Amino acid sequence: MATSADAKPIASPATTDAAIVFDAVHKRFGRLEVLKGISGSVAPGDVVVICGPSGSGKSTLLRCINRLDTIDSGQVYVYGQAVHDPKTNVNQLRAQIIMVFQQFHLFPHLTVLDNITLAPQKVKGVSRGEAEKTAHALLERVGIPDKAGVYPGQLSGGQQQRVAIARGLAMSPRIMLFDEPTSALDPEMINEVLDVIRGLARDGMTMVVVTHEMGFAREVASRVMFMDGGVVVEEAPPADFFARPQQERTRQFLSKILTH
Amino acid sequence: MLQATPTALAGGGAPPPFGTAVLANLPFLLSGMLATVQLALLALVLALALGVVFAILRSVPVRPLRFVGTAYVEFVRNTPLLVQTFFAYFGLPTVGVRLPAFTAAFLALGVYTGAFVTEAIRSGILAVDRGQSEAARSLGMSFGQGMRYVVLPQAIAATVPPLGNLSIALFKNTSLASSIAVAELLYNAQIINSRTFATYEIYGFVGLCYLVFTLPMGALVGLLERRLTRYR
Repeated sequence: MATSADAKPIASPATTDAAIVFDAVHKRFGRLEVLKGISGSVAPGDVVVICGPSGSGKSTLLRCINRLDTIDSGQVYVYGQAVHDPKTNVNQLRAQIIMVFQQFHLFPHLTVLDNITLAPQKVKGVSRGEAEKTAHALLERVGIPDKAGVYPGQLSGGQQQRVAIARGLAMSPRIMLFDEPTSALDPEMINEVLDVIRGLARDGMTMVVVTHEMGFAREVASRVMFMDGGVVVEEAPPADFFARPQQERTRQFLSKILTH
Repeated sequence: MLQATPTALAGGGAPPPFGTAVLANLPFLLSGMLATVQLALLALVLALALGVVFAILRSVPVRPLRFVGTAYVEFVRNTPLLVQTFFAYFGLPTVGVRLPAFTAAFLALGVYTGAFVTEAIRSGILAVDRGQSEAARSLGMSFGQGMRYVVLPQAIAATVPPLGNLSIALFKNTSLASSIAVAELLYNAQIINSRTFATYEIYGFVGLCYLVFTLPMGALVGLLERRLTRYR
């Protein structure tokens, strides 16, 4: 993803083969401008890690990709489709872009199995039998095959987040967005969730991950993006990003989070 | 008792023993009870239906629809049920709508209680974490699907205790139908009272009749609450 400072001109975002294109995205909450013209792109199969201090706009940028947040100017394209165009069928679009939240947001009144099978049945018209088959396979894949019949409240945080990932995968998404997926977890549960995300990366899933897990970024990301104050300060492959940060602000940030 | 009973008025010896007025008129009182229960059930169904619909209207991100919901709640809950009952029975015929007394009472009671149900369910919707509807929407569900499968089931579970209160209030409010001569429990009791003047006995019995239904309703609500929130 190019920074706004040295953005390559995007000839026609609708015709590039990028998975996600940001075209001068501006967003404000009242008088506070949280995104100050973000441009760049994510290629299919990329794993882009976004880091930065709180309030830097990273979660907002993520939420603009599936229109959970609206934008004030510019455009976001997902496989050529203009996300913030009022003519775009936002439900169809969201079915292909799954968001995994910091607080999981599983449906507490439904069993794990029903959490996973609800959207495929209601949104994609998959039969119950088919959806349940897929769900069991996905629970196997995220390592909790024996939890289909329980309610989310009976699971640990790490297990809940893995169910949330399975729930997303059940929609066969083309893109997965992770909004600080491990920030609400006990330390010993972080890895079980990161392992699942590593597996998705190996399978070539296009992902944008907002996280402070720098070890994970170093190992899994194809590119790391550092945001501060509503702009992309620096963006580079992880090897360069951690070894040779170009911007003073990036160096400050990294020295604070890597030394403890 | 000091009141004169018909026999006393007739000058014929001691008043009949306590309970005679009720026992002699039991079938008549029970038929009133039946009408009360029918009125309550029908009005409850109407109130719940109106409550769900208007609570959703008050929650949609479309201003004119929200306005409709707010207007309903504010007009209906801020005027007395008795006025609405009279309006339905005596007022509507002026504009050509002539309703049987039972129907007018049922409509007034259902519409009136529906306004309170709307607010109870709306509070339930507000109590459901916003992340729930965001999660539903981010999976591709429409606003309606998110409401139906994700938000409302949780909202209604949270709303059961206040809905229980409203159901009990509704059951007791059926007595206002007596004011437009619906032959429900209180109306029938008044007829017997005017014949026998056994006030103490008759209204005591009527009060008990309401209790027989309202007390179990409270218990039922508790049971329903535990069932609907099993997952917690």
